[in-house]
Amino acid sequence: MTRHIVGRIGFYTLIALLMAFFTVPLLWLAAAPFTSDPTYEVSLPDFTFTNFQAILEHPYALGSLYNSLLLAVGTAVLVVLLAALAAYALSRVRMPGRDALLYALLLLSSIITGTAAMVPLFQLAVELNLIDSQLGLILILTGGLLPAAIFMLKDFMDSTPKSYEESARVFGASPLQIVGHVVVPLVRPGLATIGVWAIANVWGNFLMPYLLLSDIEKQPGAVIMFTLYTEGGQANLPLLSTFGLLYSVPVVLMYLFVSKKYGFRFHGGIKR
Amino acid sequence: MAQATSHPKARYSADAAGLGTPRAAAFIAPAMALIAVFLVFPALWVIYLGLTNYRLTGLAAAEPQFVGLDNFVKAVSDEGFWNSAWLTVQFVLGSAVIGQVVLGFTIAWLLRDRQGPLKRVVEGLVILAWILPGAVVSFLWIALLDRDGGTLNALLGIPGFAWLLDHPMLSIIIFNTWRGTAFSMMLYGAALGNVPPSHLESARLAGASGWQQLRDVVFPHIRGHILTNLLLISLWTFNDFTPFLLTAGGPDHKSEVLAVHVYNVALRGGELGFGAAVSTIILLINLVVAVFYLRLLRRKS
Repeated sequence: MTRHIVGRIGFYTLIALLMAFFTVPLLWLAAAPFTSDPTYEVSLPDFTFTNFQAILEHPYALGSLYNSLLLAVGTAVLVVLLAALAAYALSRVRMPGRDALLYALLLLSSIITGTAAMVPLFQLAVELNLIDSQLGLILILTGGLLPAAIFMLKDFMDSTPKSYEESARVFGASPLQIVGHVVVPLVRPGLATIGVWAIANVWGNFLMPYLLLSDIEKQPGAVIMFTLYTEGGQANLPLLSTFGLLYSVPVVLMYLFVSKKYGFRFHGGIKR
Repeated sequence: MAQATSHPKARYSADAAGLGTPRAAAFIAPAMALIAVFLVFPALWVIYLGLTNYRLTGLAAAEPQFVGLDNFVKAVSDEGFWNSAWLTVQFVLGSAVIGQVVLGFTIAWLLRDRQGPLKRVVEGLVILAWILPGAVVSFLWIALLDRDGGTLNALLGIPGFAWLLDHPMLSIIIFNTWRGTAFSMMLYGAALGNVPPSHLESARLAGASGWQQLRDVVFPHIRGHILTNLLLISLWTFNDFTPFLLTAGGPDHKSEVLAVHVYNVALRGGELGFGAAVSTIILLINLVVAVFYLRLLRRKS
């Protein structure tokens, strides 16, 4: 009996410590935006909204969120479109070298990371005149996400039945009609997952835009956030806290949406 | 098409939409083109660049010369490189292999047969640390660890303790443990669901203590998951650039893990050739870990 009680006390102490460890760093983001004259130390907010004024006054803050959106959506659209086409063909048509190609894709996506490729990607962007080009950055980000996206989508398409396509074909639909009217509706949850995955990836990405966009008007939220706290003397805490919050909220909303709708699953090669 | 009408069944199941190889190739081509230009080519080029004396500016920028293995020899005899390599080992072992695995498993184990709000809140907090943008959480930790006004020093009652200046490695290790535990927690949560309850029950009836149950029943069942988890988070942590956002490698290179080292040498210092040689070494290490991981996946399936 005593052992049981000690066990329970131990359990709740451990849980409390763990919760403190994960909560304390986040408190500032919840409190400082609504505290007048915030400091580094977390204090009880007085629920003012005047700090948000700082965002409107800052010349690049709102623009950078728009840039983040542009990069994230642009990349996601390209990734979903190109990965869906490739994954569909790889899933339905047995071509020579298919398995080797898939193995190579999986290998590539895990070894060529931003860290390993930053030097040549920077060089490539200089040579191709893609420095300060948002389209160039979108293409580079797309290239990096495509292998994993194709791999995940191919798995998804392998598990959808082929019988609908076969019957559509019996009724004389052309291959492109079949893809557009039969396959896309069938795999829509998979496409949505990949789209959200790509958006989340690009929204939080710091290294690539930091490397390739030097024009402050084109930089996304991640780079502006970093600039706000590293450059220019005393950090502007009302601005940093409100901007950090606004920049984070979409990620949290997206996560809640996905976990509610599909149930949260791993992204990345953990499915086997 | 003639063949399709004579053996409709056989053709259809091999190619349900009747795409045919040429059209299938056309479907694959755009994706492959982007991957080739922006992923494969840079990886190959970095190997070549590592063999030149390429610099960001100056004479060697205009006409880079082939210098063979000089950069690699220089890297292997360079103190800065070994300093970074050793810091990277500490970072990966400390924050991923020990921090994230132990914490992730502990949370999954504590919450294994619970439902309801406590489980949701704890998991939600851990996942929140994982999904928030790196630039935001880095600043949150800078605020938390601030020497004079930071919340941590106020809580611990040690004003003036300079975490990021005096203990930069410890700071980024704890930071990355906090940041990345979610993945391990979810993986072990799923793995523990696969341990048959009857095995645990019979161990308990035989009088096994908590630790004995873990060792004799749980670990053998989730060994594959542990290995998968270790390889993946080691790979990710090894390539993680986020420490740059917290300490930028400083002070005095004391937290300059390899990912940050490459940036500082190649893009801040302008020595692209040398930076490319270090990148090649990173690529090779990634390759070894990834091949191990893929072998593991194959053996399982």
